Amino acid sequence: MFIDFFHGLRRHGIGVTLQEWLTFLEALHKGLIRESVDDLYHVGRAVLVKHEAEYDLYDQVFLHTFGDAPAPPAVTQDVLDWLDDPILPRPLTPEERQRLNALQQDLEELMRAFEERLAQQKERHDGGSHWVGTGGTSPFGSGGFHPGGIRVGDGGGSMSARLIAAKRQFQNYRHDRVLDIRGLQIALKKLRRLKRVGQEEELDLDETVGATCRNGGDIELVFQSPRANEARLLLLMDAGGSMTPHARLVSSLFSAAHGLQHFKSFQHLYFHNCPYSTLFRDIQRQDAMPTHELLRSIDEDTYLVIVGDATMHPAELTEPWGAIDYWHHNETSGIEWLRRLRARLRHAVWLNPLREAWWNAPSLLMVRRLFPMYPLTVSGLEDAVEQLLQTRPIQ
Amino acid sequence: MDFPPYDGTPDYIASPALSQIVNVAVGLGRPLLVRGEPGTGKTLLAHSIAEALGLELHAWHVKSTSKAREGLYTYDTVQRLNDSRFQDRDVSDIRSYIRHGALGEAFASERPSVVLIDEIDKADIEFPNDLLHELDAMRFAIHETGDEIAAVHRPVVVITSNAEKELPDAFLRRCVFHYIAFPDQAMLTEILKVHFPTLEEDLLSAALIRFLALRDVPELRKRPSTSELVDWVSALNRGGIDPALLANELPFLGTLLKKEQDIDTVTRRARGR
Repeated sequence: MFIDFFHGLRRHGIGVTLQEWLTFLEALHKGLIRESVDDLYHVGRAVLVKHEAEYDLYDQVFLHTFGDAPAPPAVTQDVLDWLDDPILPRPLTPEERQRLNALQQDLEELMRAFEERLAQQKERHDGGSHWVGTGGTSPFGSGGFHPGGIRVGDGGGSMSARLIAAKRQFQNYRHDRVLDIRGLQIALKKLRRLKRVGQEEELDLDETVGATCRNGGDIELVFQSPRANEARLLLLMDAGGSMTPHARLVSSLFSAAHGLQHFKSFQHLYFHNCPYSTLFRDIQRQDAMPTHELLRSIDEDTYLVIVGDATMHPAELTEPWGAIDYWHHNETSGIEWLRRLRARLRHAVWLNPLREAWWNAPSLLMVRRLFPMYPLTVSGLEDAVEQLLQTRPIQ
Repeated sequence: MDFPPYDGTPDYIASPALSQIVNVAVGLGRPLLVRGEPGTGKTLLAHSIAEALGLELHAWHVKSTSKAREGLYTYDTVQRLNDSRFQDRDVSDIRSYIRHGALGEAFASERPSVVLIDEIDKADIEFPNDLLHELDAMRFAIHETGDEIAAVHRPVVVITSNAEKELPDAFLRRCVFHYIAFPDQAMLTEILKVHFPTLEEDLLSAALIRFLALRDVPELRKRPSTSELVDWVSALNRGGIDPALLANELPFLGTLLKKEQDIDTVTRRARGR
């Protein structure tokens, strides 16, 4: 019965180790658990579970093992795994591609057509090929198939629908994608620039010995100020849209950097697909901050880490007025803003949550020419940190 | 070492689950790691255990610059150098320049004791790992003298954390863990009665209702905790506030909310009604 409990906990993702299990048995053996289910519950929880976030899962497994409650649906984890590991959208058949290519228009024309159509449209349309709606092949709308259209509002592209049908063939990739916060923190900790600051309160032993010798053996104490980390970190994160499946990855990087309390300053801002004239302080992109303001105020030695899939329609990157959000009036193209960021800061890298095998979108290749790009994994971050630490002249 | 079972102290109400976990940690000789919202009495727990079991308490308040070795001992080189210069003390004995930290004192003490390692997550990320061996083996060596200090009595170790940083797995494996949940209404009543035995029933229940409603305001950046409730009720009590007044007003709001935005939020909501 107890061994079932152990296996049940492990099966549902509570990483109980053998050592912890033996401690639990020791508590049983020493009579620290009186003959009551309550005792078993509390002591088991204290010894086996080390984070309150896992309490709920523990409760479910406990009820299942020692009560008659049904086992918690393990499928939740499966679904999360799928979402962590999105697959490429289905390839279009030649006929479909041809049909869509016929619709391909250049951006300006598309913009005008959008405005016209919006003016004509009186009601909601879904699944069609003309009006602004969802799930269709019209160039305007959300959640549909069109290689060069305008997405209105958030809601993911053609990725999500396929995920549900995905078999577990990607499960095996999981182990190289596991991002534990601690691993990230250890990688980030290498980012330091030590400088002596503040009151001289630390004994400088070498200098004391030297001064004492010069003094003919009379002790001369020499003090120095303690060293502090002067490194500043700026995290720019792509939020929304195609980044939704990677939200958990990005948020673990964010909490790692946020919880570290290691930097002299840590700033984080959000953008959608590409940074334009405005960046945002919140993930909902409500609280805006002008990019030129950032460029003006930022210290040139700040370590810049951009997180994004860099996968978008090329026009979003290269064209003025190209932003995916219709309301985002960008007079200056995204690539130009990226160039300015790159030129302003000495140390910059791009972390991409997509697997390296998919790094082939034209926009991604353009971004990659500007920023050294690394996969968003623990080892990718380690490489990125190495790159950040190298001093290279401002371009 | 056998102790009487722990069951809270007159001025510290421990839930039955918490009391039991304390007893298990003592029985197993494992460090007890407690986590919970600020102000739920994590630090006070160690004081309460020491009092209930009649033990000495050695407290170690961890800071961001703390090093693991400081909890064991420090070697005062500057004092020794200074003494050798003026020759006013015998400097040949290094031992007189070694000072024990909280853990060192507890190990060396003839009496069984409680060690509190407060806010362990404030220190460097490697800090807990550096203590693993000492907490496991309950002994350490002083490099300067070659002495080895082994615990006479295995101390009861209580560690608190605010979850600012993730603690290393190897460290967590060795601990008994308890999350102090925010007390429910019945328990809060009990806590208030311990602090204010003569408080009127009316004021107590009116204050509690307002307090719990305040904790439910979703926009708050820092929700008031038990210790703030105690401060507030103490202020209400001394100010001689009429319980009926509490239905419409929140006097002494500054004792409950410590952030300007939060005070704004609450006053705006009150006006909105």
